[in-house]
Amino acid sequence: MTASDTASTTRLGRPAGPAIDAGARATFTNTIRLRLRVPAKLRNLELVLLIFGIVIVVFAIGLVQLGALGTLFPHMLELGGALGVLVIALHIVLRFAAPQADPFIVPVAFVLNGIGIAEIYRIDIAKKFTGWEGAGARQIAWTGMAIVLAMAVILIIRNHRVLQRYRYVAMFVGIVLLLLPMLPGIGQTVNGARLWIHIGGFQFQPGELAKIALAVFFAGYLVTARDSLSMVGRKILGIRFPRARDLGPILVIWAAAMSVLIFQHDLGTALLYFGLFLVMIYVATGRISWVILGLGLFVGGAVAAGQSLSYVHARFAAWLDAFNPQIYGAPGGSYQLVQGLFGLAHGGLVGTGLGQGRPTIVPLAESDYIIASLGEELGLVGLFAILALYLVFVSRGFRIGFAGQDDFGRLLGVGLAFTIALQTFIVIGGVTRVIPLTGLTTPFLAAGGSSLVANWIIAALLLRLSDSVRNQSNLVVQT
Amino acid sequence: MNRELKRVSLAVLIMFIALFASTTVISVFQVDNLRNDAHNVRTIYDSYSAERGPILVGGQPIAQSTPSTDAYKFQRVYSNPQVYSAVTGYYTLNQGNSGVEGALNDYLSGTANDQFLDKVNSLLTGQSPKGAAVSLTIDPRIQQAAWDALGTHTGAIVALNPKTGAILAMVSKTAYDPNVLASHNTKDVIAAYKQLIASPQRPLLNRAIGGDLYHPGSVFKIVVASAAIDSGKFTADSAFPNPATLRLTGTNTFINNAEGGTCGGTPTATIATALRLSCNIPMAQLGSALGSSTISKYASAFGYGQKLGIPMRVTPSIYPLNTDAARVELSSFGQDEDRVTPLQVAMTSAAIANGGDLMKPTLIQQIAAPDLTVIQPFQQVSLGHPITAATSATMTQLMVADVATGAANNARIVGVDVAGKTGTAQNGVGRPYTVWFTGFAPANDPQVAIAVVVENNTSFGNAVAAPMAKSVIQAVLSK
Repeated sequence: MTASDTASTTRLGRPAGPAIDAGARATFTNTIRLRLRVPAKLRNLELVLLIFGIVIVVFAIGLVQLGALGTLFPHMLELGGALGVLVIALHIVLRFAAPQADPFIVPVAFVLNGIGIAEIYRIDIAKKFTGWEGAGARQIAWTGMAIVLAMAVILIIRNHRVLQRYRYVAMFVGIVLLLLPMLPGIGQTVNGARLWIHIGGFQFQPGELAKIALAVFFAGYLVTARDSLSMVGRKILGIRFPRARDLGPILVIWAAAMSVLIFQHDLGTALLYFGLFLVMIYVATGRISWVILGLGLFVGGAVAAGQSLSYVHARFAAWLDAFNPQIYGAPGGSYQLVQGLFGLAHGGLVGTGLGQGRPTIVPLAESDYIIASLGEELGLVGLFAILALYLVFVSRGFRIGFAGQDDFGRLLGVGLAFTIALQTFIVIGGVTRVIPLTGLTTPFLAAGGSSLVANWIIAALLLRLSDSVRNQSNLVVQT
Repeated sequence: MNRELKRVSLAVLIMFIALFASTTVISVFQVDNLRNDAHNVRTIYDSYSAERGPILVGGQPIAQSTPSTDAYKFQRVYSNPQVYSAVTGYYTLNQGNSGVEGALNDYLSGTANDQFLDKVNSLLTGQSPKGAAVSLTIDPRIQQAAWDALGTHTGAIVALNPKTGAILAMVSKTAYDPNVLASHNTKDVIAAYKQLIASPQRPLLNRAIGGDLYHPGSVFKIVVASAAIDSGKFTADSAFPNPATLRLTGTNTFINNAEGGTCGGTPTATIATALRLSCNIPMAQLGSALGSSTISKYASAFGYGQKLGIPMRVTPSIYPLNTDAARVELSSFGQDEDRVTPLQVAMTSAAIANGGDLMKPTLIQQIAAPDLTVIQPFQQVSLGHPITAATSATMTQLMVADVATGAANNARIVGVDVAGKTGTAQNGVGRPYTVWFTGFAPANDPQVAIAVVVENNTSFGNAVAAPMAKSVIQAVLSK
């Protein structure tokens, strides 16, 4: 016990029992769990960061209005402020339900989300969209919904280990969500990719939620199966390769990823799920052979797809030879990529200032290309700040992996954090020509309800996981 | 598990370093390439969304940028467009520009090096950048008088202040309306431009300073006479044989005086008489006696063959250095390969008017930054002394006599000594003449030096051009 743990109360394992019962139960079970109430240092830090974050977001919206309209309109600022109130509510929920949760996750997610809203709103202004017609207003509504869902996740899942029990349910849900857009009737093709479902005027990208379900499944499955995956198998050239029967799950996931690639025309999503799986299996088993095998399978599949699928081929051509006039002018060519680069160059080091660039020249400036829009208006400085925020978010997730007590929680924390990292890399890397461009959303920033909801749920799960890290590391005393 | 986690962390870090690097490469190292790419419309938009400075004449804008509601933010508007088209030139979205709009584009758009601090200032204060205002030396009354004087003729009038080089009027007909080229609809602009280019009147030519140049005809005689007198080898009274026809040396071609017959009916003709009555034969003999290299030396001193920007580039006038005797004779009265701009002809008169001191002609009265600080004041520059003050006094006498009692008598103004010289240049057998008047007034205290040229005329300089000059001179003197 440390000096800061002075204000401690003694309780039973079950919360909120009356004081008289406590003594009785204690003798009965012979176990006393000491729950220590420490001063909420972490939550106070979170509150300070959050207030700072809210100021940044309201300021950003105000700057957008000044830059693009020349005056301030209180309405949008009020909406931004309302989100601030909501996120403070999340903060209060955390004070009770997960007091030891990581203090950086909520502020970072909120600032990214808020900067995204400001930029989306800015693009609405340029396109003269108002009210619900504008993606900005919808994004605010989705953010509200996502934060409420995050609160629900924290309140409902009081112990993350419960999730491990439902790993096969998670697998089933994940694969169903992934394949849902292929169902005729509700599936919908947008910009060539069949990633959407459309039910009664309501659009959703179920694949975004699938990544959470799959991360839960991978974590649960790998924790139980890792011994058989890592210990057994034949050694070839010093590398131990798995037995054929252990190959089952990797082949299932590979097949799912390839079906996304082939039938849904989405290279990015396929890459994301497969990358997630490979990293989690590597962390769980420590076998590099899985990574080699998996990468081999994926690259083989992607190359085959590149040969036979024109859209994959076009993406590669646009990536390698973006400034070729023929590719630039071709439908599905490099027009968007090149215009995005022009936008980034236009921003230069310090950007044009919010509301003062011309981001709408790039197609999908508010969703897939929001990073180019932000790069144009906030400059390289702004992009670095955004990348740094992502790094902080991801590192907080990885911290769970390093410091967690149970392997399921560690693996899940790493997996969820890695999806954010990989998705950020795939999108921004695509925009900046590190890798071929694929159509994924930038976590928290891009316009899109499904992505927001999924990412806030990831944030909530990381909060829940990090709370247990703190709890177990220094606060439980058993007698 | 921690070993694997460290490796995955490292991989994530490398992914983010790749993003930091790729954004830096785009926003810092490739910026210039990307900004200058032909596909980059942002660069074009940008150059149009700075408020371009006005072009002012007598304190009133003849070209200005007014706010527009489209992406370019400003629309260039020309008032009295036809009258000033030779001065302003045109300014198009992406089809180039001309005239003052072209020559002073850096200042008008605010990108000149002198305006660097203003640019930094507007960046820091958040004000949108503005270009500098260019005030011209043009006097709107004189410009209008010149415009009216030319009437429906095709030609040009240039009026200078001989003491300062300030261009008081510059008119070129057929003119055009630069407003049609200032449209933001590129298709319209291209269509209008094609129409102007295809027009047989060739309205886009600024005949005062460019185009195909004209034969000077008899107005070149003042260059030859100035050279003769200034060289000291001849005086105004030097006499030459006075036949009615002269065979060009080494040919079977005969030349006549313009009016036919001898020059004034005397056995010999002096330089004074030849100039007053505009006789060709004595001038041919004088040119022969003086030699092509001497004439060339003086022509160069008057500005022939010299580069000049007013600030628009002026096509250099031509006096070819001849070795062939017949061509020396022909070019001595402004035929053969002599080619001039009206501005050059006016400059010759201006030098004589200003005691032999040739002032550099300019349109720029001053260039002022948006905060009204003067970036560039009026610059009075001497281009040298092609002739001495004594020669200029003699030449003034001869030219006054030409108007008072000679071939240029239609430029006479009661109570004012006008110095002048007409010209009627032949353009080949059966083709109409190019008719001229050049001169200055008042002879004792010159306020204006002028050149008038009218294309494709069947009459004489004295009949057509001299009255035009007279009305412009009257406009100057009636101030």
